[in-house]
Amino acid sequence: MQFTLNGSDVNVDAPPAARLLDVLRHECRLTGTKEGCGEGECGACTVLIDGDPVCSCLVPFSQVENAAVMTIEGLGDDHPLQHLFMNEVGAQCGICTPGMIMAALAIGNEPTIDDIKNALAGNLCRCTGYGAIYRAIFKWRQQRAVAGGKIDA
Amino acid sequence: MQTVQAVGTSVTRKDGIGKATGRAKYADDLSFPGMLHGRTIRSTIARGIVRKISFDSDPTGFTIVDHRDIPGRNIVDLIEQDQPFLVEREVRHMAEPLLLVAHEDPEKLLAASVAVEYEAQPPLLDAERSEGILKRIDIVKGDVESALASADVIVEGVYRTGHQEHVYIETNGVIAVPEDGGVAVYGSLQCPFYVIKALKCLLGANTHVRVIQTETGGGFGGKEEYPSMIAGHAALLALKSGRPVKIIYDRVEDMVATTKRHPSVVRHRTGVTRDGRIVAMDVDVLLDGGAYVTLSPVVLSRGCIHAAGAYRCENTRIVGRAVFTNTPPNGAFRGFGAPQTEFAVEVHIDRIAETLGMDPVTLREINALRPGDTTATGQRLREDTSARAVLDEAVRRTDFHRKREAYQGTNRAIGLSLFYHGAGFTGSGERQLNSRARLELTPTGVRIAVGSTEIGQGTRTMHAQIVADALGIPYETIEVAQPDTARVADSGPTVASRTCMVVGKILQECALDMRERLGRMSPEEYHGKYGAFSIERKYEPPEWIQWDDHTYRGDAYATFAWGCDVAELELDPETYEVRPIRLTAVQEFGRPIHPALAKGQIEGGTAQGLGYALLERVVMRDGAMANAQLTNYVIPTTLDTPELDVVMLENPYQDGPFGAKGLGELPMDGPAPAIVNALRHLGLDVREIPATPELIAQCSSR
Amino acid sequence: MRTAVAELGVRRARSLTEALDIMREEIRTPIAGATDVYVGLNFGTLVPRRFVDIWGISELRRIDVRDGQLVIGALTTYMDAIRSPHVASRLPMLVDAGRQVGGPQIQNRGTIGGNIANASPAGDSLPVLLAADATLVVRNFATERRMPLAQFFTGYRTTVLRPDELIVAIEVPPVTGKQWFRKVGTRAAQAISKIVIAGVRGPSPRLALGSVAPTVVRAHETERLLGMDAIDDAAAALANEIQPIDDLRSTADYRRRVAVNLLRRFWRDTA
Repeated sequence: MQFTLNGSDVNVDAPPAARLLDVLRHECRLTGTKEGCGEGECGACTVLIDGDPVCSCLVPFSQVENAAVMTIEGLGDDHPLQHLFMNEVGAQCGICTPGMIMAALAIGNEPTIDDIKNALAGNLCRCTGYGAIYRAIFKWRQQRAVAGGKIDA
Repeated sequence: MQTVQAVGTSVTRKDGIGKATGRAKYADDLSFPGMLHGRTIRSTIARGIVRKISFDSDPTGFTIVDHRDIPGRNIVDLIEQDQPFLVEREVRHMAEPLLLVAHEDPEKLLAASVAVEYEAQPPLLDAERSEGILKRIDIVKGDVESALASADVIVEGVYRTGHQEHVYIETNGVIAVPEDGGVAVYGSLQCPFYVIKALKCLLGANTHVRVIQTETGGGFGGKEEYPSMIAGHAALLALKSGRPVKIIYDRVEDMVATTKRHPSVVRHRTGVTRDGRIVAMDVDVLLDGGAYVTLSPVVLSRGCIHAAGAYRCENTRIVGRAVFTNTPPNGAFRGFGAPQTEFAVEVHIDRIAETLGMDPVTLREINALRPGDTTATGQRLREDTSARAVLDEAVRRTDFHRKREAYQGTNRAIGLSLFYHGAGFTGSGERQLNSRARLELTPTGVRIAVGSTEIGQGTRTMHAQIVADALGIPYETIEVAQPDTARVADSGPTVASRTCMVVGKILQECALDMRERLGRMSPEEYHGKYGAFSIERKYEPPEWIQWDDHTYRGDAYATFAWGCDVAELELDPETYEVRPIRLTAVQEFGRPIHPALAKGQIEGGTAQGLGYALLERVVMRDGAMANAQLTNYVIPTTLDTPELDVVMLENPYQDGPFGAKGLGELPMDGPAPAIVNALRHLGLDVREIPATPELIAQCSSR
Repeated sequence: MRTAVAELGVRRARSLTEALDIMREEIRTPIAGATDVYVGLNFGTLVPRRFVDIWGISELRRIDVRDGQLVIGALTTYMDAIRSPHVASRLPMLVDAGRQVGGPQIQNRGTIGGNIANASPAGDSLPVLLAADATLVVRNFATERRMPLAQFFTGYRTTVLRPDELIVAIEVPPVTGKQWFRKVGTRAAQAISKIVIAGVRGPSPRLALGSVAPTVVRAHETERLLGMDAIDDAAAALANEIQPIDDLRSTADYRRRVAVNLLRRFWRDTA
């Protein structure tokens, strides 16, 4: 089935009812997206489909035909938000981090703390108590404002 | 050589960027050629005899293991030798492992049908009714009965805490790979050498075993002892099949079958003078250990030692019992007994204040431990004692007195808790552990080779900072070896708030030795001229530590960390929901090695304590967790977690690396009583947690 | 993942007609945002079956105003509803419900039609639509039926929807009066409701509740008394009109008490 994965057109063979999460991790060999619960509660499996954050453990593979899917790998290895998550200790054990970052991409410019909390309300973190995650995101948004960049990766 | 100052700075972490790019490999991200998937068939009764197990599917392609396949001993070697890897005949808890199956195709594995015939017996599920005492501890100081008899006022109370589930976002998982006639196990774990010990017992002392920790997505104690079980299972399947076997628990299995925090019932009877001096403390601690001993004796120990709280009292009696029930064994969870007993004592202290008509701060000021005072075990505290410092700062910073008065009669409230946490293993524990650390000279610098694991708390980074500064070389030149038991020293388990204070100290000593040997040369120069060498040392506990395991008297811990939490909250009078407004955590743990990582420990531990206080309720039915899904066992989201105000006070500990004490568990001890004491400020007599809206509704109609 | 998915059949429908033709031929479970179906698959609690994937039927994902009615296509997601100016102006309590249904990930995938078809008593949009006297538009290959939403639910997760039918739209007449919504979940976000209430205070007050009975319910006797401004009598009536239970998340006692408390809050807030 054809779809766009991290900006490239791909054709992947997998059962239509397979979870998108499993197709990404196995058939596509992208293990950055994690499974935390299998019930859409923890957000560790968050990816973007056509720009919207969704839980990939709840998406049947058949539904991404011709859609644009973006995973954490789509941000590369040098994205400012990734550095900030490490430096601000927004990531401790890191298992929630890919999903957290993907959800954070939907946060607009000049967010309030409530905007950030609401955008991340579907992402559980057990290590940080969330404070450092907000600090990382605020810095990212400040840096973006200074640089005048767009929201895309 | 440049002098650098890594310690005390929030340096770039040694983890690299892999966690944030998705490149870091956790157990389920790994694959090996020819790998099979493994599954654990578990009992569906809580107590009884297994009469017959039959594998009903077409066995083609399946590897099937039962207890008869065990080459060594069917015992998970921990404190006692009572827990089997696989049931032989007797089932003692729901979800106890009976049979292991593996197949290349995960869907065929799922479809495998196993029939079990049981002879069920009535399970014992109520700890308060259990007569099976797995451990008893008595801590006695002075004469509590006489002191109670002559006290002006006696206040009694019973306090309860429930199970708590770790909810590390990465569930338990391992891969066992046949190697050298034995097995290498890669997995999500905190204590690789615990697993080695368990595998040697299971497979035979002469079997080659190697354990490698993969990047681990959270532990909190839940991956201290449990991984020995899952590692043993994977190893058995790998040995029988001759192929790598991966076992990953899904969330339901992990929550139902693995360890949780011990539920507790703590009874207090306290004698006080009319002007607020505590003269007698009589405490009874009951912990539900579950079906096997596992670590319950040690959890009980720590719980009991902390049970009298951060207060001086000349006459103290603490009696603790851990009992058996037919439930999955409970185990290590950050705090390890102290969150339970410090919840009880701190709520009790506020009730004493209420009874005396005294301000809860004043009562604590009068009785808080000071340097020179002795604890319940008779340990004389020294200058590294900050009970008053943290209390005073927390009260000042939160404007506690003014708010306490201003909130009267409103839906807002403020409450506090004072607490402490001993760092390292209790008493002679560190001496018995005999932990080691090793530093190796490399062509470019130095490599740290310890068994301590990074589980998000910053082990790699913090050790590298200590070594860099002790050696006087740039932090950037320090490398940290992945914990692979073939390659690193046995530094003891990554638990008990010891990774910095104890293992960091050994590393500091190694570094000082190495520095002397290097002389004026840099590592590169020395290596170039003379080649590599390594320094390995074992832990030398402070000489002054005197502890008697039989009487439970003496110096329980080398040092304590101190904390005072203040909880501000608002109650919805119609729905009884608690909205935390702010949690202030003032904590003293010597000094932070990496301020941002230390702050992270406090924020994270405080959030876990918040969940313990208000949200996290394990519903047990017929001896197993009935709400074993994240939909129904809820931990705090962003919207549940208020502003966390963290203050880190310093009081350097002379025997710690650069003055550091242990930190990891302290933050867990304070939030629950602070929150419940705030509820008391609203007039709600809550004596158990979680203080759910349902419980609060009941309290408010009394 | 506890269900073997390799053999599970999924047929994708690209239009409503195609979907209904497929469903005419064989029994297939419609799957859209999958936020409930896939939980069942993940845990192995859903009996494996064949699916018809309707997620891509764009004609069902629209929000219009027609003849004064707000017409919400069945595949409208919570996020669509939250962002819709039509919904904001005509049915703001649906925006409230959408915001509290779960985190953004669930809001991006959960659909109003799915919430209705699922018929969970805890469905967050259901009290809103019931209180708004919504009409359900349902179709199979041959016919279109319309019915008041109140007639759709017959029991716990049971509806009058036939195996060959799809919900296509929800028609909401103009709501006269102040709208009010409150959900009490197990925590502040991403929570299943322990009790969920939608109310309209107008000349003819309406009150709908979820998680207090096997289906979402209207409290008719309570409404009648509210219409007479007899709030105390209404509170007493409400306690008897609901049948909450004890379950993994809450207790009957709590739900009953809070329902009555929130009734009073509704009345105060909308005064």
